Amino acid sequence: MTIINHIPVFLVAIPILASLLILATGWYDRRFCYPIALITILSQFLASLAILLRVLDGGTIRYHLGSWAPPLGIELVIDSFNGFILVAILLLAAATIVYARRSVEKEIAPDKIVSFYVLFQLLVTGLVGMTITGDVFNLYVFLEISSIAAYTLIASSRKPHSYLASFNYLILGSIAAGFILLGIGNLYVVTGTLNMAELATLLPASYHLATVHSAFLFLMIGFSIKVAFFPLHLWLPDAYAESPSAVTVLISTVMAKVSVYALFRLLFTVFTTAYIIDSFPVTGFILLMATVAIVAGAVLAIAQEDLKRMLAYSSVSQIGYIMFALGVANEIALEGGLLHILGHAVMKGCLFMVAGLIIYRMGTSRLSDMKGLSKTMPISCAAFALAGASMIGIPPTIGFMSKYYLVLGAFEAGLWPYAAVLLVGSLLAAIYIWRFIEIAYFGDPHGGHDEDHHTHTAEREGPLSMLAPMVCLAILCLLFGIFVEVLMGAVGPAALLLLGGA
Amino acid sequence: MADITSLIPAIVIAIPLLASVLILATGKYENLREGVTITATVAMLVSVLLMLPGVLAGNRFTVTLLPMVPGGDFALKVDAFGMVFALVAASLFLLNSFYAIGYMRSLKEHAQTRFFFCLAVAIAAAIGIAFSANLLTLFVFYEILTIITYPLVVHVETPEAMKAGRKYLAYLFIGGIFLLAAVILTYILTGTTDFVAGGFLAGSGSDLILQILFILFLVGFVKAAWMPLHGWLPAAMVAPTPVSAFLHAVAVVTAGVFGIVRIAGWVFGMDLMATLSLGTLLAVIASFTIIVASLFALAEDNLKRRLAYSTVSQLSYILLGVSMLSIAGMTGAMAHIPIHAFLKITLFFVAGAVIVSAGKESISEMKGIGRKMPVTAVMFAVAAIGICGLPPLSGIISKIYLALGAVEGGVPILLLVIIASAVLNAAYFFPIIYTMLFEISDDPAALELVSEPPLTMLVPIILTAGISVLIFFFPSMPFMDLIEIAIAEITHQVMP
Repeated sequence: MTIINHIPVFLVAIPILASLLILATGWYDRRFCYPIALITILSQFLASLAILLRVLDGGTIRYHLGSWAPPLGIELVIDSFNGFILVAILLLAAATIVYARRSVEKEIAPDKIVSFYVLFQLLVTGLVGMTITGDVFNLYVFLEISSIAAYTLIASSRKPHSYLASFNYLILGSIAAGFILLGIGNLYVVTGTLNMAELATLLPASYHLATVHSAFLFLMIGFSIKVAFFPLHLWLPDAYAESPSAVTVLISTVMAKVSVYALFRLLFTVFTTAYIIDSFPVTGFILLMATVAIVAGAVLAIAQEDLKRMLAYSSVSQIGYIMFALGVANEIALEGGLLHILGHAVMKGCLFMVAGLIIYRMGTSRLSDMKGLSKTMPISCAAFALAGASMIGIPPTIGFMSKYYLVLGAFEAGLWPYAAVLLVGSLLAAIYIWRFIEIAYFGDPHGGHDEDHHTHTAEREGPLSMLAPMVCLAILCLLFGIFVEVLMGAVGPAALLLLGGA
Repeated sequence: MADITSLIPAIVIAIPLLASVLILATGKYENLREGVTITATVAMLVSVLLMLPGVLAGNRFTVTLLPMVPGGDFALKVDAFGMVFALVAASLFLLNSFYAIGYMRSLKEHAQTRFFFCLAVAIAAAIGIAFSANLLTLFVFYEILTIITYPLVVHVETPEAMKAGRKYLAYLFIGGIFLLAAVILTYILTGTTDFVAGGFLAGSGSDLILQILFILFLVGFVKAAWMPLHGWLPAAMVAPTPVSAFLHAVAVVTAGVFGIVRIAGWVFGMDLMATLSLGTLLAVIASFTIIVASLFALAEDNLKRRLAYSTVSQLSYILLGVSMLSIAGMTGAMAHIPIHAFLKITLFFVAGAVIVSAGKESISEMKGIGRKMPVTAVMFAVAAIGICGLPPLSGIISKIYLALGAVEGGVPILLLVIIASAVLNAAYFFPIIYTMLFEISDDPAALELVSEPPLTMLVPIILTAGISVLIFFFPSMPFMDLIEIAIAEITHQVMP
């Protein structure tokens, strides 16, 4: 076996070691922490790219930990679905870690920086583990690792409310974990295995059992809390709004998307479409709730006075779009949903980075304090406008492409009223995004007359290490949209795989 | 008669996009920035003209830039009808750019870099609409045009402007959603969204579905400002005058009516529209708009707002022509696009010149202004006479075709609408001419310092009015020739 065959295990093992290394070197000198985390996450990202290319080329990779074959051993599985997710989340994690350094210096007490990077690294590790594991109990373990790291990180900002936010999330997150564990237990009782592939082959024989139904419901509820599927989103706005900026970016993009991934994985590959459509028809209900989430999240976002809170509720709405794909469950809609997992991560990451930079510069995230902001922070506002356009779904951004696929999928399934709600949702998104645009660009008629005489430099607006990832993500919103065909090369097979094809 | 693969259409769109970046980069140096605008505009017009002989010979220039989504690649196709719009947009944009530079500098407007940046992107989007090879590409450019014109509409940033801007976006965004739904429905029904001369929808769905689809398209092209969905256009009058000119003549409303003609000729086809009795629906909407908007115009004292209602009314001439579903009607509709654009932009240019020179917006305050700005006022009179449809101006050409169409189609009541509208046009334009040229100011001292506007503004006014006269004497070159080819395509007199 060459070294390249071991990449899957390196993806989890090395970052765990790295987090210990951060802790150890942090005792000696806390300046070592950041480079270690940076290098680890960047190399994870590169490794994930290599893996995705291999998977697209040569099919699913199965890695047996310690060479113990399943069902005894734990299996890591990377197929076109989670290979795509893996690249998406590590791309965002890499952007976040670059962004984090200066933001953390400002927002975290110096004596907490070591533990911050240890937890940051652990959170990413847990999420990567959740993504590539082929074992449901192992999934639960990684879920707990990432969750506990997240609870702590949320509380690490110096704001008093962050403790409350973290505690709320801890309670709801633990309830979710409890449900998930019960679900996994039920599945084990019925089949005697925890391996996903084996579960998928053994479960159909027991599709009629109440134990399986309850397992499904437990898992469904548990993960619905984790992905903040309306109305189980109550932990989300506080958690996003009160955390340090870098943590907000990470949990709103990487963590949210991995939970979505886990839900898709369980519903489509452990339970398969045969179960969720025929044996236990749940897609109609998911679809209904998804449209409720889209509208309710957006309406709540419109009602917010705080930029981060507004973006948080926007996430509740956008999760609705992804769940919408799950509810329609045909190929085109799933392609749209998967595109939206990546697209929403990129645009929401960018938007939260802008919010973080505004906090870094001005110490506020109240919308009313941002009048005429485009004069002093032109790059951030332009990035916001671009990512915001993607959020609304204006062509040719990635946001338009994913919504187009979703609407097309809904039309094809004959779900016209639902497609209409989807379109209304983008109108609502226009309203909340436009509030910021209006305030930032046009809200200050008196200060606007000297614009042409200003010279703006990156130093004046914010540190380059915060501006660069933000601008990159904004540009990616556009590039991913224009070159969507390249993404479809990965998304197409993934959608087919979910539906039980190739 | 051939499709020629060529990059020129893409270059035409790329030039203003590139210029927009350069405008941002050179924002601090006003003369350099304006140099970029003018250079790009000339280059764009020249590239459009490069394709004109080929298109007149019946060829089409096509290029597929990128695969996009199921339902349409990102593809361009320059046909005769697209050429009409592109020629109008590119040539008027050149004049509008000179005018805008003069206007913005005279009034020392703020945020000029943003202004010229947005204009450059907007013209790229407008040309993109003209050259789109399928509905999806058209939709992409249509949405970009909506977004990028917003900063232009709210340019002055007063609370009133912000309110108008919200109204503008609300109408056009909601319209955009209807358009997207229509595009997707078209794809679901037929598996394609590529424009085909003569239409491709026939037989793809029940009558009811196709009727609904047409209504979706109609609402989608809310930029055509048909009543009662016209509210955004008068509201947008709060923008600086070059923006009004851009909205009313160069690109925005033109894009709306262009879209409707495209849908009628290249998606539904006239035969299918007749079967679905969509002509009647369109005729009712158009007639209603023509008459009611003219009445609204009569009641307005603000010159720009009166012109705005005049536009609403005039645009529906184009819908009226389409609704006749005959060769003459369609010809009149297509001809009215360039004819109205050249006339209306003259009127807006004059309205802006009066604002710059005299600071007046109300018609009642313009008494005797013609004595101080004789050339400007005479040009206004010329263009107004043209809109009323009197010789020797271009306006009469489209009216003759429309009247022919009404008679040919056996709906003489439409003839009545056209005549009534002509009377109303005269009723709201002639008093302005009289006020400007023949009345004597109540307060001559206030007009003491008023003079003709700067040359960058005056020359475009003379040119657009002059071209309107030229179109009357030489209608065929190039507009009527292009329209003839387009009509031949959609009626299949020549195989596409």
